[in-house]
Amino acid sequence: MNSRRFIVTVAFAAAVVAVVVLNAGAAGTTTGASETIHLSEVAHASGIDFVHQEATLDLKIANVAPHVGALGACVSVSDVNNDGWDDLYFTSSRFGTSNALYLNQHDGTFKEVSTEAGVGALNREGEGASMGAVWGDYDNDGNEDLLVYKWGYPQLLHNLGNGKFDDVTAQAGLKTWMNSNGAVWLDFDRDGLLDLYITGYFRSDIDFWHLKTTRIMQQSWEFASNGGKNLLFKNMGNGHFKDVTDSLGVGSTRWTLAATAADFNDDGWPDLYLANDYGPEELYLNRGGKHFELARAGLQDDSKSGMAVAVGDVYNRGRHDVFVTNISEKGFLFQGNNLRLNFLKELGRFDEVAKGPVADAGWAWGAQFGDLNNDGLLDLVIANGFISADSTRDYWYAMSKIAGAQGNIFEDAKNWPAIGTASLSGYEPSRVLLNRGEAGFVDVAQEAGVTDRLDGRSVAMADLFNRGLLDVVIANEKGRALLYKNMGSPSPEGRGGQGVRPGRWLELKLVGTRSNRSAIGAEVTAEIGAGRQRQVVDGGSGFCSQNDRRLHFGLGNQRLGRVTIRWPSGAEQVLSGLAIDSLHVITEPK
Amino acid sequence: MTTAPAQAQARPWMSVAIEPRYLIVFLITLVLAVGEWRYGILGGYERLATTLGVCIVTEVFLSWWLRGRVANVASAYITGISLALLTKPQANILWPFALGAFLAITSKYVLTYRGRHLWNPSNFAIALMVLVAADSVAILSHQWGNDIWTNLVIWFFGLLIAWRAKVLHVTLTYVACFIAFALLRHVIVGGPLFAELAPITGPMYQLFVFFMVTDPRTTVSTTRGRIVVVAIVALVETLIRLGGDFQLSLLRPFYVSPPILALAIVGPIAMFIDLRRTVGPPDGRTVKA
Repeated sequence: MNSRRFIVTVAFAAAVVAVVVLNAGAAGTTTGASETIHLSEVAHASGIDFVHQEATLDLKIANVAPHVGALGACVSVSDVNNDGWDDLYFTSSRFGTSNALYLNQHDGTFKEVSTEAGVGALNREGEGASMGAVWGDYDNDGNEDLLVYKWGYPQLLHNLGNGKFDDVTAQAGLKTWMNSNGAVWLDFDRDGLLDLYITGYFRSDIDFWHLKTTRIMQQSWEFASNGGKNLLFKNMGNGHFKDVTDSLGVGSTRWTLAATAADFNDDGWPDLYLANDYGPEELYLNRGGKHFELARAGLQDDSKSGMAVAVGDVYNRGRHDVFVTNISEKGFLFQGNNLRLNFLKELGRFDEVAKGPVADAGWAWGAQFGDLNNDGLLDLVIANGFISADSTRDYWYAMSKIAGAQGNIFEDAKNWPAIGTASLSGYEPSRVLLNRGEAGFVDVAQEAGVTDRLDGRSVAMADLFNRGLLDVVIANEKGRALLYKNMGSPSPEGRGGQGVRPGRWLELKLVGTRSNRSAIGAEVTAEIGAGRQRQVVDGGSGFCSQNDRRLHFGLGNQRLGRVTIRWPSGAEQVLSGLAIDSLHVITEPK
Repeated sequence: MTTAPAQAQARPWMSVAIEPRYLIVFLITLVLAVGEWRYGILGGYERLATTLGVCIVTEVFLSWWLRGRVANVASAYITGISLALLTKPQANILWPFALGAFLAITSKYVLTYRGRHLWNPSNFAIALMVLVAADSVAILSHQWGNDIWTNLVIWFFGLLIAWRAKVLHVTLTYVACFIAFALLRHVIVGGPLFAELAPITGPMYQLFVFFMVTDPRTTVSTTRGRIVVVAIVALVETLIRLGGDFQLSLLRPFYVSPPILALAIVGPIAMFIDLRRTVGPPDGRTVKA
């Protein structure tokens, strides 16, 4: 071998080694951060023993039922009884099983009251199976009402204010069969009344318990448009909602799994951001409440499998950035989650910057932003895992056989290989990603104590115990719900290991007057040190979830400057000198 | 992927224009253009720029440095585009494109026997990546829109060019064997027949049957030999697929991309045997295939 050939051979070998080394670096999660978060799973100790039950579907699709029906474990947060403490609502999906409403008992425990309240027995033959819920005071009577979306008829349950709810679906004009996995309250026309956007996943002509056809699946894995139609209902103010989908231009049929609303382009009107399965994300910009316009924004060419959409100001720039979960599986598929930084005002688009554990969390579902360690930066929790069954059998290969095929083959469920007892991206860990600013996110789930391997679907964050710390609730498919209580971060001067939070905080509960009373859609910007963190009052976000509508700002050791509230009505309110480590109830000036 | 030798033959302009390797160049460019136009299949132009740039620079440099003459870059162009289309990495990482392209071209100069390289360059690079870098790299699967009309265009031009390039027997033999083995798997596994037939309608197979398995520089010298070899490739692919169906964990690294890895196993063995049987240096076939 001559010397030149030898040199080339060495370079070749070195390149192979480089591949191995770089792959090792990309493989796992990054751990070992000096700072961390401490969470303790206390669901059972808190009286929460909810276990989700999966829907049982028509036997015509028995071969794919564990796949198709692996949805419906959801959680949403609201102060249902106006006692100043957040309560929790979980959905189940099997006929005959009950959803659960857990009222906060103010002592670290919860009491399940769904039967007395009339919000439990919603999963019935002919009515459909629950797939999630969102809270909003649609009639501005001061009580949070409940919209349960289903594979079936959605149900609007009016909160009577006495611990009971009344089903007003029919008189509200909402008794429309949908196969929905998401909904969001928003006041799109800023008339002071909450409107409702319900997403369609499977087509609305499909009744999963009486199938007329097995041609129910997507016709493409990344460009499908044969899903259910999303519907926008305008609140007419008399207890009635009117379908304005087509006139407003928001009737996407792209298999939307999750939607959220916020003013992404800062024009004063709430926009809609959709995470679509089998397709690109969609941003519908609100044009003065008259119609919505599908924005390009750099989203249309990046087609994946959107599962959840979370909104957060990742670098305290005063912008709503977006996180959308997707699928990654070693060797088979790297779609990667998207962390999209908002540059709509400057460049007319988002820039996708996800990498490392942010991009690759596994088969990712629900996700939410929240400042778990009160350091002034929003952290990120992601629930992962699709089907945890027989760990020795894996459906990925079988699914890969049809994944690249022509759409008209796999559109028919009968052409899918039987999943049987196999797992599909099962037993995956949740991620707790600590935001370190320019140093990026680091996964501290293990150190934080988040070690479960359940099939997480829905994530919600709330200060459940009114301590100035965000807790994390995860609803798991066919599994028990988890409540991760935030134990704070130990500080050098920690008190006997009790867990002392070094960071300061501020919480705001907003009450609308001219705006909708829930203040959903209110945009708040807090000056934290040199940055400005923006948050929006949540009408539904993540995947089939809804956070505490009280806004939580971690401050670290930084100075709190002005806090600016832009109410849904358009009114702007500037607050200065707010006391920190406190919850402030702010009522919209009339 | 086709690695036509860079033989400078004095030919009239019109004749050069219809040389098979340029038809292959046209076809891969068509696949790229249609895929990007319809589906944004690349996932970023920097990926294409990386693979094309590294492939062409590496080919030019190594051919000059080791062989004293600069090779025709048509082969590197095809390899570069193939890798850009086939490689689907984790997140936004670029190194699989750069290192994959480098390894693909360099393999032509390192992994040789009797002066001939044994692996199709992009087949080698992709197989290596999915075997040793599965945490970072997956292969093209469904990013092609699953649209039959787009695929029919590619199949039409692909078959036409395969016929013109005199490799149609390879393509058709593979397709026939795939269908036959799909029927066999259907009987053995018991699942839906369409599930077994489905893979060949996908985009990865278009690249495989028109560019990879037909590469004249890494196929054996006789027509009968090529037919036998491609049938063996299909057989090995089926064995890998059965490994996936029966959940043989040992084979998991292989069943993420059965045809690519089957060719990576069978192709060089066949070439080695063929070259051993060949008396003297290779005949310097141009793209008669």
